[in-house]
Amino acid sequence: MEAIADWFKWLNDAHRINLSIFYDAFDRGKFLGGLLTTLKLSAICLVTSVAIGVVGAWLQGSRFTFARRIMQGYIQFFRNTPPLVQLYFFYFAIGNLLPRVTDAYGQAVPPVSNFAWAIVSFSFFAGAFNVEIFRAGVEAVPRATVEAAEALGYSRLKAYIHVVLPLAFRISLPALNNNLVNLIKTTTLAYAIGVPELLYVSAQIWSDVLNVREMMNVLLVAYVAIVGVLVMAMNRWERAMRMPGYSV
Amino acid sequence: MRAPPNSTDLPVLLPMARPVRASEIGKVELGRAGLWAMLVVAAIGLIGEARAAPSDPGLLALLWKWAPLIFQGFLFNLLVSFLSMAIGTAAGAVLGLAQVSLLPQVRQASWFATQFFRNAPWLVLLFYCMFLLPFEIRLFDYVIPLPAWFKATIGLALPVMANMAEIVRGGVQSVPAAQLESAEALAFTRRQILWQIILPQCVTRMTPPWMNLYAILTMATPLISIVGVQESMSLTRAALNAEGRIELLVPMYLMLLVWFFLYCYPIARWTIRLERRFAVKI
Amino acid sequence: MAWTADQPLIALVDVHKSFGKTEVLKGITFSVAKGEVICVIGPSGSGKSTLLRCINALVPIDRGSIKVEGQEVNDPALDKLALRRKVGMVFQQYNLFPHKTALQNVMMAPIQVLKQDRKEVEERAHRLLRKVRLQDKASSYPGELSGGQQQRVAIARSLAMNPDVMLFDEVTAALDPETKKEVLVTIRELAEEGMTCLLVTHEMGFAREVAHRIHFTDGGRIIESGPPEEFFAKAKDPRTRQFLSQIL
Repeated sequence: MEAIADWFKWLNDAHRINLSIFYDAFDRGKFLGGLLTTLKLSAICLVTSVAIGVVGAWLQGSRFTFARRIMQGYIQFFRNTPPLVQLYFFYFAIGNLLPRVTDAYGQAVPPVSNFAWAIVSFSFFAGAFNVEIFRAGVEAVPRATVEAAEALGYSRLKAYIHVVLPLAFRISLPALNNNLVNLIKTTTLAYAIGVPELLYVSAQIWSDVLNVREMMNVLLVAYVAIVGVLVMAMNRWERAMRMPGYSV
Repeated sequence: MRAPPNSTDLPVLLPMARPVRASEIGKVELGRAGLWAMLVVAAIGLIGEARAAPSDPGLLALLWKWAPLIFQGFLFNLLVSFLSMAIGTAAGAVLGLAQVSLLPQVRQASWFATQFFRNAPWLVLLFYCMFLLPFEIRLFDYVIPLPAWFKATIGLALPVMANMAEIVRGGVQSVPAAQLESAEALAFTRRQILWQIILPQCVTRMTPPWMNLYAILTMATPLISIVGVQESMSLTRAALNAEGRIELLVPMYLMLLVWFFLYCYPIARWTIRLERRFAVKI
Repeated sequence: MAWTADQPLIALVDVHKSFGKTEVLKGITFSVAKGEVICVIGPSGSGKSTLLRCINALVPIDRGSIKVEGQEVNDPALDKLALRRKVGMVFQQYNLFPHKTALQNVMMAPIQVLKQDRKEVEERAHRLLRKVRLQDKASSYPGELSGGQQQRVAIARSLAMNPDVMLFDEVTAALDPETKKEVLVTIRELAEEGMTCLLVTHEMGFAREVAHRIHFTDGGRIIESGPPEEFFAKAKDPRTRQFLSQIL
């Protein structure tokens, strides 16, 4: 560790390439904290948006026209408006309408933090795509397979849980993975409402240390690496979920 | 769908029709979705109106007052989207064709560039261009200024380029290999094959994803407000600050959302229609 | 009125069924006694498959009565799960669950529907796979099996529910002659063990050997019935004779 820090110090002195996050403990801590926030944000949104997708796809198959309409309105609105404006809408517009609560220090604070609003906003955004992805998956499960489950005594719900969903999930996986990659890229928008994620802390570092060029490159590499790791994990998962003999 | 040798060709799993888009919704229902969205917006606006104090100018009046200015900003968003799309499409076409080049170095380099710019977040690329492009370019005696909005346009054009490259590569590779062989057998040059046989065929196939990309780009244009370029989003926030009224927040943001919706939703619908048409033809 | 074993296991009386304007079943009446093997033959589109689906309540009937062990199927209050426990069904397209191995396909329903003990079910599943001569394919996925093998897994899967009667819906129609034989042998063994079977089939030779009774259907009606020797040797109705002359 010492040696690495020394080398980056030398790099700064000798070549004016200032990568403070590699030798300055404070900057490094900040950077890693931002990385952690980005990962946390992504992971939580991933889970909630997939949940929205599953429930939404189920609602879209519902017999109630009203439920289907609501779902359709939600999907089309969130898919066809800018995610940044959605985020502002949640954070500034809805957030300001909510009554303030008193925190531990007696201060009036908004009841929902900016981090939480980012989760809400991104989950709805990615969820709108996931609903359609899952629905296409559910529709690709042949009626005959469901019929076979029913003939074995499965109820509608049980057939959905044990047969339809596992198959639909496998069919949806490639499209789903694509959307999740987009989700990670979308988390950078949280910068705009001051969530200390990777982009935000990097901006703080480059304004303190004045190493915009270096930090920008670090940032780009970091994101490409995060997405690369995710894509690799997803591909592996896709392979593991593959059903032998079927090309989906 | 390529089936492994030992599989049956029975329709045990149907191929997925179209993965991501709003595919199987009937036209009527699509139209209704938009109508519903409008109704919800109107309802929320009216609620806000009802809550406003009687002596104040009504919320609708305030919206009306600011709408022209914000709409100018919105038109600027569209201008940026046109420019970025033009630059990104041209650059992406070159990058995409480079990916099917015969030279392995060109192929690998362009593949790497594509993956890199595709996987980097749009906002980060935007920051990158804002900070690292110079504010002016000197060419001999000429000084070409690079204003912030133009740098932002370039910043948005980068991810468009990478996505366009993927679309072009996919389109070119979707042309059956047998056609290339028969064209080669007829002594076409590689350039002729590309321009007269491959591209005309895949242009139709590339149009729907290209339009989809344009819609995504348009919805990304508010990002430039983050790096200090004035457009509809920043003007909306400025207007809200000037009025300083909490009950104006929801209607104002909704107005902007609805404008984007009204612009992007027809594009999405049109994309689906084209997709269907081409799907039948192929 | 309790059902006793000397009464017919399945009794159909004047069953009618239409899909939209087309009447598929125009008054079907016959019964299946315990231990009996019944074959239903007839040209395609004569409603044979629909008939089987009606018995299993996969398709509701419009008029008439279907009783399985004295229980009326055409009854809104029917416990479909209880019915489908008694009635096993095998489909033309096998309809195995492609994301589960052969063994898991056999085990799924008893565990998830009947809530039986996993260990006991696994033992029985292995026994059933041995019975259909696929003990060495237990861990193969459906996509890795030939059509005939998949069909035999499907038979084992149905048998795992310990049904009182088995319905076979043109189970060999999708198979090539070689694999067809494996499946027919399996069904014959079942019949010889005394399993009550109702088969819709095009296999005249098989029907002749195995069936106790044959029903010939055309245009939604039973045209002619009888024990195989009689049926094949001296069919009275001209339509039956024409059909047999085309097939044989």
